[in-house]
Amino acid sequence: MCLGIPGKVIEITGEGVTRTGRVDFDGIVKEVNLAYVPDISIGDYTIVHVGFAITQLDEEAALETLAHLQELEAVEVELDPDAALAAEEAAAKGEE
Amino acid sequence: MTIENWSCPMPLRDHPSIVMGHGGGGQLSAELIEHLFVPAFGDGELAELADAAVLDPGGLISFSTDTFVVRPRFFPGGNIGELAVNGTVNDVAMRGALPRYLSVGLILEEGLPLAELGVIVESMAAAAAHAGVTIVTGDTKVVDRGHGDGIFINTTGIGILREGADIRPQRAEPGDVIIVSGNVGDHGMAIMSVREGLEFEASIVSDTAALNHMINDVLDTGTDVHVLRDPTRGGLAASLNEIATAADVGVLIEERAIPVDRTVAAACEILGMDPMYVANEGKVVAFVPAADADRVLDTMRSHREGVNATVIGEVTSTHRGMVAARTPLGSTRVVDMQVGEQLPRIC
Amino acid sequence: MKYLDEFRDPDLALRLIDDISRIATRRHVLMEVCGGQTHSIIRNGIDRLLPDEIEMVHGPGCPVCVTPLETIDKALAIASREGVIFCSFGDMLRVPGSGRDLFSVKSAGGDVRIVYSPLDAVKIARDNPDREVVFFGIGFETTAPANAMAVYQAKQEGLTNFSMLVSHVLVPPAMRAILDAPTNRVEAFLAAGHVCSVMGYEEYDPIAEQYGTPIVVTGFEPLDLLQGIKSAVLQLEEGRAEVENAYQRAVNRVGNVPAQEMVNDVFTTIDRNWRGIGMIPQSGWALADEYRSFDAAERFTVTDIDTVESPLCHAGEVLRGTLKPDECPAFGKECTPRTPLGATMVSAEGACAAYYLYGRFQELEATS
Repeated sequence: MCLGIPGKVIEITGEGVTRTGRVDFDGIVKEVNLAYVPDISIGDYTIVHVGFAITQLDEEAALETLAHLQELEAVEVELDPDAALAAEEAAAKGEE
Repeated sequence: MTIENWSCPMPLRDHPSIVMGHGGGGQLSAELIEHLFVPAFGDGELAELADAAVLDPGGLISFSTDTFVVRPRFFPGGNIGELAVNGTVNDVAMRGALPRYLSVGLILEEGLPLAELGVIVESMAAAAAHAGVTIVTGDTKVVDRGHGDGIFINTTGIGILREGADIRPQRAEPGDVIIVSGNVGDHGMAIMSVREGLEFEASIVSDTAALNHMINDVLDTGTDVHVLRDPTRGGLAASLNEIATAADVGVLIEERAIPVDRTVAAACEILGMDPMYVANEGKVVAFVPAADADRVLDTMRSHREGVNATVIGEVTSTHRGMVAARTPLGSTRVVDMQVGEQLPRIC
Repeated sequence: MKYLDEFRDPDLALRLIDDISRIATRRHVLMEVCGGQTHSIIRNGIDRLLPDEIEMVHGPGCPVCVTPLETIDKALAIASREGVIFCSFGDMLRVPGSGRDLFSVKSAGGDVRIVYSPLDAVKIARDNPDREVVFFGIGFETTAPANAMAVYQAKQEGLTNFSMLVSHVLVPPAMRAILDAPTNRVEAFLAAGHVCSVMGYEEYDPIAEQYGTPIVVTGFEPLDLLQGIKSAVLQLEEGRAEVENAYQRAVNRVGNVPAQEMVNDVFTTIDRNWRGIGMIPQSGWALADEYRSFDAAERFTVTDIDTVESPLCHAGEVLRGTLKPDECPAFGKECTPRTPLGATMVSAEGACAAYYLYGRFQELEATS
C-alpha cells in the first residue's frame, strides 16, 4: 500500500484536479498527477504513489533527520554511554 | 533502422501487409523468400532453397533453440529480430562453442505491415553478420488476424564446441568466483518503459548483444571456465538459483557489487521491482576458479559488451542449493526463485 | 536516488541497531503495520540484525493479504466476463481466490491488464469506448486519493464504460482489532508512513491513550525503520505511550487536506470484512451514493460464487500476530509459495512466505 518514491518536479501543467507534472526520478521522467499538492513548484521534491504526488517532501526536515543521525554517530559513547543517550533523547524531544 | 525509412523491394510493394497467401507455399511465399529473406540472409545454403541445409560442422556441436514472442516487437535498443538472433547465438556460446549456423522459423499474423517485417528481417541479418553466423534455413507460416501477436520467431542454432570445453552448471564448485559481464536489468526495464500502463520517459535501452566473441576471448586465455549462463527471463536470480540447484552448491552474492545503471535502478524503485529478477539480453554470468578471476575480468572489460564486468560473489559449501545475498547492512537475505514473472507492485 | 539513498546508509543503520541493543533491557513485541515496511525489513535483513529482545510481528498491512475472499472471487468473475478489460495493480494478480487467481483467468482468455496508476485504467476506458473497463481499487488510505480521483474524473467526463471494484481498508480500526484480541502480544506499533502522509496522525492519539500503546509514524528505508523501532523501544522502556512522528520529511500532523477532501467526497465508511481476521466495524471505504453508478460490484451482478477458504489456512492468526507461520500445521506441507493456501504465502512480504524462505536457509546453514 505504501510504495512512494521521491522525485523532483520539473514541469507543471494544468490546474485543479487535472494539475499534472513531469517528475524526474534520477533520469526516469514520469507524468504525475499533482492535484493533491497544489502548492508545489518546479524544483520541489515530492513523494509519488501510483502516479500521484501524495505529499511535498520537506527537504529541511530530511536534512535535519540525517544531520541528527550523523551527529549521533560522532558522539563518543565509550566515555559515558548514559550521558550520550540522555543528550540524544533530549534532542529528539526538542524536535517534536 | 526505422520503419519509415525502409524501402520495400518490388514486387512486395503490391502487398503492404502480410496476407494468408504469404504462408501458403505458393507465389506469394516465393516472393517473400526471393525478395526479402534471401537478399537479407545472404547466399550459401539458404539461397539453394532446398528443404534442408547440409552442413559439415567438423566436431562436437552445441545445439540450442529459443522462441521469441516479446511485446512490443520494437523497443528502445532493438527489436524482436535481433533479439532472436543474439539470444540463440548466446545460448550456443554458453557451452563454450563457436556459433555457426542458425535456422529461422517465423509465424506471422495476417495484417503485419510488410515494412515492419522488412526492418525486423534486416536487423536479423545485421545481427547475424556481427555475430559471424549464417542463417541457412527457415520457414514462414501465416496465421489468421487475431491469432498471433504480429510476429513470433523461433531460432535454432548450431555451434562447434571448442576443444576440451566442458562448461555446464554442474561444474560450479565451492571456491569459484562469480562474475557478471555488466549492468543488470536493462532489457527488462526497457520493455517496461514502453508497455501500456507502465510507460515512463526513459533513456533505458535494451542490452541485446551477441556475446560469442567476448566469450571466445575469455576461453582463449586458457581459463577453465566452469559455468556460463545468460540471465534472461527471471534475471540474475533465476540463473544463480538454477546453477545452485544443478550443482548442489551454495551461492553467496554481495548485493553492493551487483552493477546496475542508475536510471534502471530508479525505474525499478518506482515499480517496486528488484533488478536481480529483471531480464537481460546481453549479459553473461561466469563461474570461474578464483585464481583466474582477474584475467577473465580484464578480457571481458576489453569488449564493449563487458566494460562493466565485475565480481559479484562466490560459491560456497554452505546452504547448498540456495542463493543468499549479503545486504549493504551486512545481514544475509535469501534470493529465492520467483514463482512466476516479477510484477510491479504498489505495496 | 536523492532522499532515498541517504536513508540507506549502512554505517548509520548499524549505529542505530547498536543504540537499540543498548536501550532494550527486556523483550518487546513490535508490529509494523505496512506491507511495504515488512518488505523493506525482510529485504534488508533488519529483523535478523535486531537484538533478540526485539520481536517484529508483521502486521496486516498488505491489501494483498486482507482483501476479502468474496471480493477476490467477484474480481475473478468480472474479469472472466466477455468484453471486460480488467485492470489491476500487479500485487493482486497471484492472490488465490476460491480456487484460482487473476493469472489463470488471463490464461483462460480474460483481458487482464496490469497498470501502474488508476488513471491508466481511466485512459484505457477512454480509448476503448465499446468495452467495459473495470479497475480493482484496493489499498489502504495511501491509495484511496488516487482511486478516488479516477472515479471523480470518470464521472466528470461521463465515462459510462468505466467502473471500480472497491476494497479499501483503514489502519486505525485494524490496530484496535489487533489490540482488542485477548491473545494480543503487540506492545507498540510502527504506523504506516505513507498512510499518514495522506491522513496525518491525529487519529492515533485516542488509540495510544486508550490502550497505552506507543505508536511511531515510520518510513520505509532502513534508517527510517530503525529510527522508528528505536523510538518505540525507548517509549516502552520508559513506560510512555505517545504518538511520535519519525518520518518528518513526509508526514505532518494534519496530513494532506486536499486528498482527504476528495476521499471524503468519493468514499463513505463501511464495515469491512478482512480476510483471515473477520468483520471489523467501520474499517473500510466504499463508493458514496453519488458515485454508486461506478461501483463494479453493482454494475456486474455476480451470483453463484462459491466462496470457500481453505480450512487448513491460518492466515488470519498469522496476520494478527497470534500464530507464527511455522506453527501452522499446513506450513511447508500443503502450503508453500508454489502452492499457497492463503495470501500470506503468496505475497512477497507475507509473513508465511518470508518464514518459509528463511527457515529453509537457516536449516541448510546449520547442516553444512
